[in-house]
Amino acid sequence: MASQNCFRVVVPTLIVALMLAMWPLPSWLEYARPEWVVLVMIYWALAMPEQIGVTVAWVVGLFLDVSQGAILGQHAVGLVVVVFVINSQYQRIRVFSLAQQALVVMLLLLVKQVLVLWVSGMVGTAPHIGWYFLPALTGAIVWPWLFIVLRDLRRRFTVSRSF
Amino acid sequence: MQPLFLQGPSVTLRTILLVIASVVIMVADHRWHALETVRGAIESYVVYPLRYTINLPSRLVEWGDESLSSHELLLSKNRKLEEQQLRAQVSLQKLSVLEKENDRLRKMLSAQPKVGEMVLVAEILAIDLDPYKQQVVLNKGHNKNLYIGQPIIDAWGVMGQVVHLGLFSSTALLISDPSHAIPVQVSRSGLRSTAFGTGSSQLMELRYIPHNADIEVGDVINTSGLGGRFPPNYPVGRIISIERPAGESFATVLAEPVAHLARSREVLLVWHKQPVNDVGTPPTPSTKDGAKEE
Repeated sequence: MASQNCFRVVVPTLIVALMLAMWPLPSWLEYARPEWVVLVMIYWALAMPEQIGVTVAWVVGLFLDVSQGAILGQHAVGLVVVVFVINSQYQRIRVFSLAQQALVVMLLLLVKQVLVLWVSGMVGTAPHIGWYFLPALTGAIVWPWLFIVLRDLRRRFTVSRSF
Repeated sequence: MQPLFLQGPSVTLRTILLVIASVVIMVADHRWHALETVRGAIESYVVYPLRYTINLPSRLVEWGDESLSSHELLLSKNRKLEEQQLRAQVSLQKLSVLEKENDRLRKMLSAQPKVGEMVLVAEILAIDLDPYKQQVVLNKGHNKNLYIGQPIIDAWGVMGQVVHLGLFSSTALLISDPSHAIPVQVSRSGLRSTAFGTGSSQLMELRYIPHNADIEVGDVINTSGLGGRFPPNYPVGRIISIERPAGESFATVLAEPVAHLARSREVLLVWHKQPVNDVGTPPTPSTKDGAKEE
């Protein structure tokens, strides 16, 4: 499994995820937008932990920071922590059912959101909590579908034989 | 066959190093604005192509709308615009007389003349940013010599300022963002204050106004030009409520921005060369323009 082969499918999915993160939505739906980039990174970190590690997560996080107009490093630190957890627990998470995985994903999304909120709070612009953690819930809801789509993509491009 | 133990100490070590690196760049970015070039590079070469693609459908719809609209519709629109143009011309005539008079009076007072301002029209891209921040993406960037801190206005009033610059696009912070502050002046009484954003595009807050200050509901607030970032005398908002709670030392004054922050599609970028300081007004450090709230 050559690494250039694996990036042929990982990079396009990440690009689509970054675009979905910026896609204009009606304002009532905006607060429920799942964190596409984090979800896709979680999948690839689960599927091929040798290639998609914390360094890739950090770089993708910086791209996400710029595209969201956040402080450089804010989303990056959250993504690094999430991918680190996956990297040390992927053997366990892989054998979970989709519903159990969705729960784990929700927890990871919450961890990432808390980290981002924490940084926002420290620089003095913390948003009202209100619906702040809604994306974690919607992320868990879309996880099974996203998982199936990405798994089929990975199999079609035969990126990795395991999982 | 995969190795059984992928996570050696190296992954943990790398994670710790990356977290430390993130903290360092967050401090460098937020406190010293030291990484604008890195951000600009990522914005120009990674994010801008994506933004352009996302904006494409709405541009196509607009284009289709324009090319499919009927002859009569265009004619009536044209007629309406000509009428508006005529009215604008008439008021401009009056303005030019006033401007000359103002110049003459200023010369008599030997005050600094008003510096001419250059403007450029930019379009707001149909891009969603963090919903908890009041930011917009503009379709002009470094290629049109924009600069960081440049004021943007729309047809009704001040909208905000440019905060990040890419090659072909830029990000602007609106005056309604909670981290934004703009020095203002009540046009009726000349009272100076600072208007802070609240996170809602319909509400701003004027802080540090004493109970006995001369301010009323309905007063118009303009930019005061203090600090030199925003040009003076552009409309910012209208006072909508004043409360004077007994136990507090300052009144709670709320204003509504006059610019259409959530609706404008096109904005004007203003090149404001040099601040016009009133004679004898010492620069006050507390009303630094666009100062980020610490």
